[in-house]
Amino acid sequence: MGDWRPYSALAAAQFRSAVAYRVSFMVELFGNVGATVFDVLTVLVLFRATPAVGGFSLREAVLIVGLSSAGFALADFLVGNVDRLKNYVRAGTLDAVLVRPLAALPQLLLMDIPVRKALRVVFGFVVLGLAVAANDIDWTAARVLLVVLTPLAATVFFGSIFVLSASLAFWWVDSGEIGAAFTYGGRDFTSYPISVYGGWFRNLFAYALGFGFVAYQPALALLGRPDPLGLPAWAGFLSPLVAAVAAAIAAGVWRAGIRQYRSTGS
Amino acid sequence: MDQRDASVPTISRIGPFRAWVTTFGALIGSGFRRYSTYRQATIAGTFTNIVFGFLRCYVLLAVAAEAVGQRPAGYGAEQLATYVWVGQGLLSVIGIWGWTELADRIRSGDIAADLLRPIGPVTGYLAADLGRALYAMLTRFAPPLLAGALFFPLHTPQRWQTVPLFALSVLLAVIICFGCRYVVNASAYWLQDARGPIMLWTLGSGVLGGLYFPLRLLPAEFVVVLWAATPLPSLLQTPLDVIAERDGPALQAGLVAVQVGWAVLILALAALVQRRAERRLVVQGG
Repeated sequence: MGDWRPYSALAAAQFRSAVAYRVSFMVELFGNVGATVFDVLTVLVLFRATPAVGGFSLREAVLIVGLSSAGFALADFLVGNVDRLKNYVRAGTLDAVLVRPLAALPQLLLMDIPVRKALRVVFGFVVLGLAVAANDIDWTAARVLLVVLTPLAATVFFGSIFVLSASLAFWWVDSGEIGAAFTYGGRDFTSYPISVYGGWFRNLFAYALGFGFVAYQPALALLGRPDPLGLPAWAGFLSPLVAAVAAAIAAGVWRAGIRQYRSTGS
Repeated sequence: MDQRDASVPTISRIGPFRAWVTTFGALIGSGFRRYSTYRQATIAGTFTNIVFGFLRCYVLLAVAAEAVGQRPAGYGAEQLATYVWVGQGLLSVIGIWGWTELADRIRSGDIAADLLRPIGPVTGYLAADLGRALYAMLTRFAPPLLAGALFFPLHTPQRWQTVPLFALSVLLAVIICFGCRYVVNASAYWLQDARGPIMLWTLGSGVLGGLYFPLRLLPAEFVVVLWAATPLPSLLQTPLDVIAERDGPALQAGLVAVQVGWAVLILALAALVQRRAERRLVVQGG
């Protein structure tokens, strides 16, 4: 990374351009919170029709959605913009990024700093706080550590998924919406107890791709509930490990992608 | 505007109506061809639709399994599965998201070229959008429905009129959605930068259109107000309720009638907004 000043100059320039159209900026700021608000509202609406989903009560479900949306909102705020990579690759503007004597990924992230997503992070953590307060959690040192670590691990995990699905553009420029299946799809998957999903679909997303460890397993450990799907209690503490593995894979794929990038050459 | 509706000055012997139809048809064809060139994006989008179909279907079925009487909001499990999978197929046909072309052209000043054409922009863009929807209907509608049918029991329509009503309802939904997007995009005439209104539209149309959950899960009075006072439930909820046969034959047809009203109203509004904008337009650029 080295000197931070070029990065802060980039960030400041982007901030000024984001707030240049003030009305649009305010609408975007609140519109972005709206997206997360609606995710949480959807859970509340579904529970109007039923006392339990997948064997979990409303309070427990809100804890799961709180862990997931706090982590996702923070990851989206920090690295979500990397999904514009496909536009840069198609247009060839990535060249401009690569010739500068700065690291490519941080530059890309700062090319469009998402100030508008800031409020959403706050909302995600407020929901998490309320959910923790609403549940009767038997606090131990391990659980305090868990409630702090889980959103951070979720952030790293979702951030890695963002980078991974964006890197797809290095090999497949027209990958279009396919990344959304894993970024936003992953957020939706982790917002519910994974006991609602059936057979192979659950195995694929929860265990093979690791989404089950983002919010569901930690929530079980916080609540002291045994896993109806049979994983032991310590599985709730695996989320930092899963996040670290995801980050390592994402870093490797990103480097490979940068190496094999060929400009559009026009 | 009034004299310029898709009627090209012509010296041929065919009448003005046939000229209008020919032009409109040609524009539909061009919209169709334009979107049919994005083949890889079509595959990628279909994959994503299917993944979200699984996510939504499992969650709604879990709700149904534990709801009182196992019929949340009056839908049986098979009707819910149909609701989700047909919804995933229709998503890109209706085309709620991602159309900022008009706003971009207003911002860049390219709109000036559209205004010089012998066809009003509302008519021209509507034709192109119908072409886009037709292409999406042929390519994007069936795969999610097939995936759904493969993994979940779906509801088969019981009444003869359901499928034709559904087809009509989808056409109306495409027109209503186009009208809404046009008006939202046209706010750029006044704001220059329509990011804000477009974002509000994306947000509102997804939730209140019935994509995230069937609106019938909300309190009944609220749903009636939503249906009568906003065009949003007419986008997805109506076609999906029609194909899932959520209501009796009378209400099923009634919901489509509401769509007709909204289609007329929203196109009139789009034309009005366009006229007002042309009166005050200062084209961007040098």
